[in-house]
Amino acid sequence: MKYLFWAYTLTWALIFAYTLVLGSREKKLLREVNFLKQAVNDNDFNNFQEY
Amino acid sequence: MLNEKKNKLFLRIFIGLVFLVMATAQYLIFLWVPEEKTLGVVQKIFYFHVGAAWVAFFAFFIVFVFSILYLATQERRWDRVSAASAEIGTVFTTIVLVTGPIWAKSSWNTWWTWEPRLTTSLILWFIYLAYILIRISAGDVERKAKLAAVFGIIGFLDVPVVFYAVNWWSVSHPMLFGQGKMNLASDMLLTLQVTVAAFTLLYFYLLEKGIAVFRMQDEVNKIKDRLREITD
Repeated sequence: MKYLFWAYTLTWALIFAYTLVLGSREKKLLREVNFLKQAVNDNDFNNFQEY
Repeated sequence: MLNEKKNKLFLRIFIGLVFLVMATAQYLIFLWVPEEKTLGVVQKIFYFHVGAAWVAFFAFFIVFVFSILYLATQERRWDRVSAASAEIGTVFTTIVLVTGPIWAKSSWNTWWTWEPRLTTSLILWFIYLAYILIRISAGDVERKAKLAAVFGIIGFLDVPVVFYAVNWWSVSHPMLFGQGKMNLASDMLLTLQVTVAAFTLLYFYLLEKGIAVFRMQDEVNKIKDRLREITD
């Protein structure tokens, strides 16, 4: 039973971990897009390279 | 705007479907299908081990097809599909490589043997790990995409080798397909089919998310390039 438990747990842990990675990448990119949009609106092109 | 609403609704329905089929698969695995007589409860690992292997193979097939499309047309959208699919394929190959040894330990009393199915699966994992490393390395995006596409096409050659390894060589790995049919009782076959369907739906959900992330990354790169042109 412990083998089944570990196989099952690790399977879902990997799937959840990948979903979380995708989500965090999406959030980071959204922040970047918002920052770049703000820079374009403010005509402030000096700080965008920090990204 | 209307299209965006429709897409969101479609995505919600699709996520609901993924949950429903996945829940059905869990029910069948843990509550409905009987235990295998000789291996006992641990045989249930088989359902998500094989389900994950199917998704990995399918994901790499998509990489193969869309890599060819990208090289033929040079359109970024095909490359995004390949990139997203390769990541999912690698995650599911990792699941195969994790669940396999756990099953092996309980059945053969060893975590790992260098038999052809296991060895070729490990090679497959390394190939697509290298593919991802190419993607995340520094350098020109177009060049990396072309190199990754070539890698994705050549790498796929290992998939049939993994699949047929149990037929080509004498191995200790269980043989699911023999003499053109599946060596499985009907209730086990149904459970496997539902699990494979659930994992395939999950694959398409992750693929959609992955493509969206790569599309956004391309947009960010484009805006940055334009801003650099303005500032230079």
